[in-house]
Amino acid sequence: MRQALPEKILRAGVLAAGAIVLLAPIAAGLWHSMGAALGHVPALGSEGPSLGPLRDVASQPGFSTALRLTVVTGISATLLSLALAIALAAAITQGPARVVSRLLAPFLAMPHAAMAVGLAFVLAPSGWIARALAPVFGWARPPDLATVNDAFGAALILGLVIKETPFLLLIILTALTQIPLRAHISAGQSLGYGRGAIWAKVIVPQLWPLIRLPVSVVLIYNLSVIDMALILGPSNPPTAAVLIARLFSSPDLAQIMPASAGAIVLGLVAAASIAALAAGARALAYLGPIWLRRGGREAWMDMPFRAIAPMGAALLLLGAAAMVLLGLWSLAWRWPWPMLWPETLTVAAWASALQDFGPALHNTALIALASTAFSLTLAVAWLETQAKSGREALIYLPLLIPQISFLFGMNTLLLQLGAQGSMGAVIWAHVLFVFPYMMMALTGPWRRLDPRYGQAAASLGAGRIRQLWAVKLPLLLTPICAAVAIGLAVSVAQYLPTLFLGAGRIGTLTTEAVTLASSSDRRITGVVTSLQAALPLAAYAGAFIIPKLAHRNRSALQGAAA
Amino acid sequence: MKRLITAAALATGLATPALADWQATLDAARGQTVYWNAWGGDARTNDFIAWASAQLEADYGVRIEQVKLTDTAEAVSRVISEKAAGQDTGGSVDMIWINGPNFLAMKDQGLLHGPFVADLPNAKYLDLSPTSPNSVDFTTPVEGLESPWRLAKFVFTYDSARTAAPPASMAEMADWAASNPGRLTHPNPSDFMGATFLKQALIELAPNPAALQMPVTDAAFATATAPLWAWYDRLRPNLWRGGAAFPENQSVQDQLLNDGEVDISLSFDPASAAAGIAQGLLPETTRVFVPKGGSLGNVSFVAIPYNAAHIEGAKVVANFLLDPATQAHMQNIQVLGSYSVLDPAKLDDTAKAAFAALPTAPALPKLEDLGATLAEPHASWMTRLAEEWATRYTK
Repeated sequence: MRQALPEKILRAGVLAAGAIVLLAPIAAGLWHSMGAALGHVPALGSEGPSLGPLRDVASQPGFSTALRLTVVTGISATLLSLALAIALAAAITQGPARVVSRLLAPFLAMPHAAMAVGLAFVLAPSGWIARALAPVFGWARPPDLATVNDAFGAALILGLVIKETPFLLLIILTALTQIPLRAHISAGQSLGYGRGAIWAKVIVPQLWPLIRLPVSVVLIYNLSVIDMALILGPSNPPTAAVLIARLFSSPDLAQIMPASAGAIVLGLVAAASIAALAAGARALAYLGPIWLRRGGREAWMDMPFRAIAPMGAALLLLGAAAMVLLGLWSLAWRWPWPMLWPETLTVAAWASALQDFGPALHNTALIALASTAFSLTLAVAWLETQAKSGREALIYLPLLIPQISFLFGMNTLLLQLGAQGSMGAVIWAHVLFVFPYMMMALTGPWRRLDPRYGQAAASLGAGRIRQLWAVKLPLLLTPICAAVAIGLAVSVAQYLPTLFLGAGRIGTLTTEAVTLASSSDRRITGVVTSLQAALPLAAYAGAFIIPKLAHRNRSALQGAAA
Repeated sequence: MKRLITAAALATGLATPALADWQATLDAARGQTVYWNAWGGDARTNDFIAWASAQLEADYGVRIEQVKLTDTAEAVSRVISEKAAGQDTGGSVDMIWINGPNFLAMKDQGLLHGPFVADLPNAKYLDLSPTSPNSVDFTTPVEGLESPWRLAKFVFTYDSARTAAPPASMAEMADWAASNPGRLTHPNPSDFMGATFLKQALIELAPNPAALQMPVTDAAFATATAPLWAWYDRLRPNLWRGGAAFPENQSVQDQLLNDGEVDISLSFDPASAAAGIAQGLLPETTRVFVPKGGSLGNVSFVAIPYNAAHIEGAKVVANFLLDPATQAHMQNIQVLGSYSVLDPAKLDDTAKAAFAALPTAPALPKLEDLGATLAEPHASWMTRLAEEWATRYTK
């Protein structure tokens, strides 16, 4: 990247790199999945197109129930997390927002599967809450109640909400820095509006365009989640994503076709849900001004805001309990009903794990560091060369399509390239998901940076690279560290991409954890998930400390911490 | 024909050319790493495979890399996608710990290497007669395409401190559940163990169990399963969570037993209760019981995909698994506790002594307490059973 390089070629090069890295595998993956969904798998001697696979998947027992479960749990978990996150944001921006946002790091670092295993232990009829209540109600045996795996998916919704609310809260707190919050609130209050009304009428409409994308990502995630749905969700039928994953792993190889058809249906459901979300937001944007012009002070709106925030806090407390108890399980030998504390404590699980999981730990760190470093480079190159445009939405495509809809097809592509099962293939697959999350964290701060810093450096004779190294990167150190932490956390948590593209040979802590969760030994799960959370947690701590150290003699940059 | 040759070779105590071939295999295998795709949910099995790798590396220069699966079908679909991409050599899967339905699928699709079992020197310790469980996997003829390595027999486990008298037969389970509502369950029949629970009941309740040995037909299915569904409809309302939810697999159900949510779990390993106690996963008072008419049993096999990159190495591993010393180590309750697949009549005195010297444990059933071994139905029955169960009870 020398300055002599014509700007146009540079821009086109970065654009092409982005397209090849991100879009080619998805397009090829969707293409192959679509082929299989239409009955075209020559290796099985099946030539398409035919609607047979679609009919087969639709006639799976309970398929319509499974789809309904998916839609109900996915959408309600998303809306609930959003409402809770907004209410919590409203509550804590009055107080120590920055302190609270640090407390969220463990929730973000904790993988979904681990949170699910922990929550299942807290909530189950034989779980920790029931054990605490057992002496009160005189339960000699655990009550036969479906407090997890309930047929409505309530436990699954709860799990998703506990995991996604902190993420959305962090996104909202970051977005709020772009809105003159204090000015709006004091103006509103001087006009006689209550806090609730100010948020509903003034803040949220400005917030929405800034958080629309992350909310869509959460929605897609919730609609296609597998690990959490297996552990907390209904089992007969399960959600559509689980049902499809089961078809993919059926011993009858021909089931790949209905499984692909199901994956495409799930993709369409996801697309429809995103469209519904956008339509809902547009309708509110149309109706909102009418409501605003009526000028009602809506004092009653303070109530829900005040009521929701403690609910959110209670849920986060539940999540914290799940994490602590899972950590305790890693030190337990036997912990039977109805004991509140393990019968025997031991470090046996840790001792054997540190011996057994060395390679997995090594792979996890290597893949996370490589995919994050590559994504960071690509992100900086992108932000430096590409103007803000509609094309940018394509970056987020990997997060807006359910993983199961294209990973099988992507696997076929990599096989044809002879790259399946290699470390490179896995790192590539991780970049698909790490890069967009890092872009989400970097785009705002990057575009907001005052262009006059660069211009001042240029007028002093600094070239393009020097402007970047000496001026921009140091100024943007805080968001870069945050983006790196997010990238590492995203990479560590990837399950399906690692499994599919590593041909199962490249074991990471997450693949180990999910294999072990299928064997449900909470003690080893406790160890592995502690290790799994340790790397992102360390990264979040680094994201907090590094800018502090680097900027210790630059007081104007001290306040910029995300 | 092949089997005749095998029998002849065994009768003559392995002809010299076979030995020369085996030396060639050993030479080719040296330095290879065998990617053994095996279910990874059992820590003791994983440890055993690591032990085997160390032994093999010392003796033959062959390493095992265990590819831990959550479901055996993952390995099968890996081979199929390699075939789809035209990768007919140098495949990523060298060996699979395979079960009946996956074996049938791979055999039908021509995805297996072999026959190779007759080439293994240690095959001389096996009973390979045509009706032996080593020759027929879920009624599918093995034809030398997979090699036995451990014995599986279906048993139930229960906590003797909580339950004095477990039900004596599958039929009695309905009454037992009626007087102990919510205390019994089985894994989802989409899981192997869940389907096995139904199969065990089917064998006991079917009017003519012999019909189960033939591939399933609509008429045979209707006749054979009518009593099963009548029994299940009586049982289901009294199951855990009212029969509306089922554990994902055996180990989840073991956890429910340990948590006290249910009173009975199940396993395909008679030593699982003893193993679970030793690992702190089950209460000390857990014991094993078998329905009085006997229970399903089968042999676990390893197979080599047609495009495996390290076929020689995989054969050396398969042969090592059949070594009497390996089998005795495997049967040790402190190691795996899996019963040996070798024919005791074919063992020499040293090997017999190694088996006799194995330690015992209170939860370890005696061989004679395990009752008769019932033959597995044809694999098509299991698929059909799981489908029909889903049609009836998944709404």
